[in-house]
Amino acid sequence: MELPADVKKKLTLPAEEHFYAGHTACQGCGASLGLRYVLKAYGNKTIFTIPACCSTIIAGPWPYSALNAPLFHTAFETTGAVISGIEAALKAKGYKVKGEDGIMVIGWAGDGGTADIGLQALSGFLERGHDGLYIMYDNEAYMNTGIQRSSSTPYGAWTTNTPGGKKHFVESRPKKKVIDIVIAHKPAYAATASVAYPEDFMRKLKKAKSIKGPSFIQLFAPCPTGWRAPTDKTIELARLAVQTAYFPLFEYENGKYKINMPSPNKEPKPLEEFIKLQGRFKYMTKEDIQVLQEWVLKEWEELKKKAEVFG
Amino acid sequence: MPKKVVSGNYAAAYAAKHARVEVVAAYPITPQTSIIEKIAEFIANGEVENLQYVSVESEHSAMAACIGASATGARTFTATSAQGLALMHEMLHWAAGARLPVVMVDVNRAMAPPWSVWDDQTDSLAQRDTGWLQFYAENNQEVYDGVLMAFKIGEHEKVNLPVMVIESAFILSHTYDIVDMPTQEEIDDFLPPRKPLYTLTDFDNPFSVGALGTPADYYEFRYKIEKAMENARKVIKEVGKEFGERFGRDYSQMIELYRTDDAEIVFMGMGSLMGTVKEAVDVLRSEGYKVGAAKVRWFRPFPKEELYELAKNVEGIAVLDRNFSFGQEGILFNEAKGVLYNTDANPVMKNYIVGLGGRDLTVNDVRVIAKNMKEIIEKKELDKEIEWYHLKR
Repeated sequence: MELPADVKKKLTLPAEEHFYAGHTACQGCGASLGLRYVLKAYGNKTIFTIPACCSTIIAGPWPYSALNAPLFHTAFETTGAVISGIEAALKAKGYKVKGEDGIMVIGWAGDGGTADIGLQALSGFLERGHDGLYIMYDNEAYMNTGIQRSSSTPYGAWTTNTPGGKKHFVESRPKKKVIDIVIAHKPAYAATASVAYPEDFMRKLKKAKSIKGPSFIQLFAPCPTGWRAPTDKTIELARLAVQTAYFPLFEYENGKYKINMPSPNKEPKPLEEFIKLQGRFKYMTKEDIQVLQEWVLKEWEELKKKAEVFG
Repeated sequence: MPKKVVSGNYAAAYAAKHARVEVVAAYPITPQTSIIEKIAEFIANGEVENLQYVSVESEHSAMAACIGASATGARTFTATSAQGLALMHEMLHWAAGARLPVVMVDVNRAMAPPWSVWDDQTDSLAQRDTGWLQFYAENNQEVYDGVLMAFKIGEHEKVNLPVMVIESAFILSHTYDIVDMPTQEEIDDFLPPRKPLYTLTDFDNPFSVGALGTPADYYEFRYKIEKAMENARKVIKEVGKEFGERFGRDYSQMIELYRTDDAEIVFMGMGSLMGTVKEAVDVLRSEGYKVGAAKVRWFRPFPKEELYELAKNVEGIAVLDRNFSFGQEGILFNEAKGVLYNTDANPVMKNYIVGLGGRDLTVNDVRVIAKNMKEIIEKKELDKEIEWYHLKR
């Protein structure tokens, strides 16, 4: 599609689309935005591997594909292993992997397929040093199967298997810090990103392509369906998650942490602004919100300390 | 033709090397480990070019990495055993469903508990419905030949399915024997580079593999796997014949018949135990028994026609199963009986469960079985259908 010149001028992202209309995501889906940005960043010389997750459906049933790139659908727990095999085969056959004109090998998996069932294969991929990128799009539950908790579900959140009743209180454990587990492997590059900050995400994607070794990006991708939030609030929620420091943006490279917040000198906004827009937090009392708020700030302080010491 | 004295495992590793595999992804498990160690040694010594070795963190990931590599167009190999094969089970379906001709050696080992590292076929036979072709080797030579043929058969344009080459734990895996190996030039001529059905590097025509199949289409995908299995029967025979013409060892028969021409009783089984059985046939023949052996080489696809041709000419078939399907009977027995049901072949069939978990089966054991079969045939009455032959009483 050719865009008018005045529109083009305002665009900070490539106008080229490799993620087609007609995909089957829900209204307001954060993950589908993420896929779109990945394809904008890399073009179609990429090989996608997608395990069981919303994106299996979003990409479309056989014989359709919403992605203008080769796509291998795989089993839930195998993303890290399949991209390892693809990368090995590309090298064996003499293809150029990564770099300016090389092939980009991407694993695109949800938080359940990454933080839970796929953690072992992710660990293997990172530890063996394959030249690929693993993107965990984090919508904080098993959305495709009907909103069940994953280990990336935050404290206080309702899900269909942490339902909130008279005796049993919603999710009682804090969100698993997958990025910390990833960094413990000392990967070439690791970062968090958000669909509310596409330029930052694109920059990180380009970085991942330019660096030798395994990269990992944890992309915050709100799910209005699962979060019981209005479908036009996706970007606002993703932005608030960053502004409240609930999901801070940062990068890890060569042992160094770098925080990249949109307004670095501002104090985090109160978490309540993020919480009150979502039905999944409706069981939380004032005290519960305080518990989550304290966890967020403690983690934030810890991250700032890391950036200070290992900056 | 160069000869080497090698273990079954080394025979498998040499065959993978001579097939010019491009990606090996594997996890170690006893008694498979020396296969992947030997391949690592080939790389370390610079004996192979362009071979990527991925030392994965589990068998499940081994098969997942293999399907990724195979989908990218590489000739792909792995090996496993027992618990490792069971862990791979999900991805075995994936390899067949995505029509990826991975070749894997499985070293038959008994499933735990109780822990056992010895021979038993239940691990591989439990994978029979995954869409993999299965070749059971009797000796180290057959391990080597089987791997070479497996690539040619699995990668054939009318097949495009993964193939499992199966050898016995320790009886073959760690026992040294003379293996004839053709020269690399001869093998290259027999097995040219793989021409994949599709590859993920086709960026000009991007497509997705393994997407959601709705009820409108899923059924046809399954049917196509079965069509490929049916095609494989012909391809197996052709490749087996070609192998014989080139290298002197003919594999055109899916069931190898041994002294069955005038046999009244035939012993049927798979894998290394058939070596003992053939030896026993010679002994029993000298004692006046009219016996023969039928070694089932290919369990998938199942050699239905060959079995019928054999069964219609014999009085009794003793099926020796080194495996068991609980609640029913030996797996080969079950399959063989099923094949013959709607035919006019009606030999007496008895199932002998033998050798589970590495229990030895001797020539004398086969003699005891022959006597029992003769008695049954003379009395025209089956004493029992399934006999746990070695059971301590």
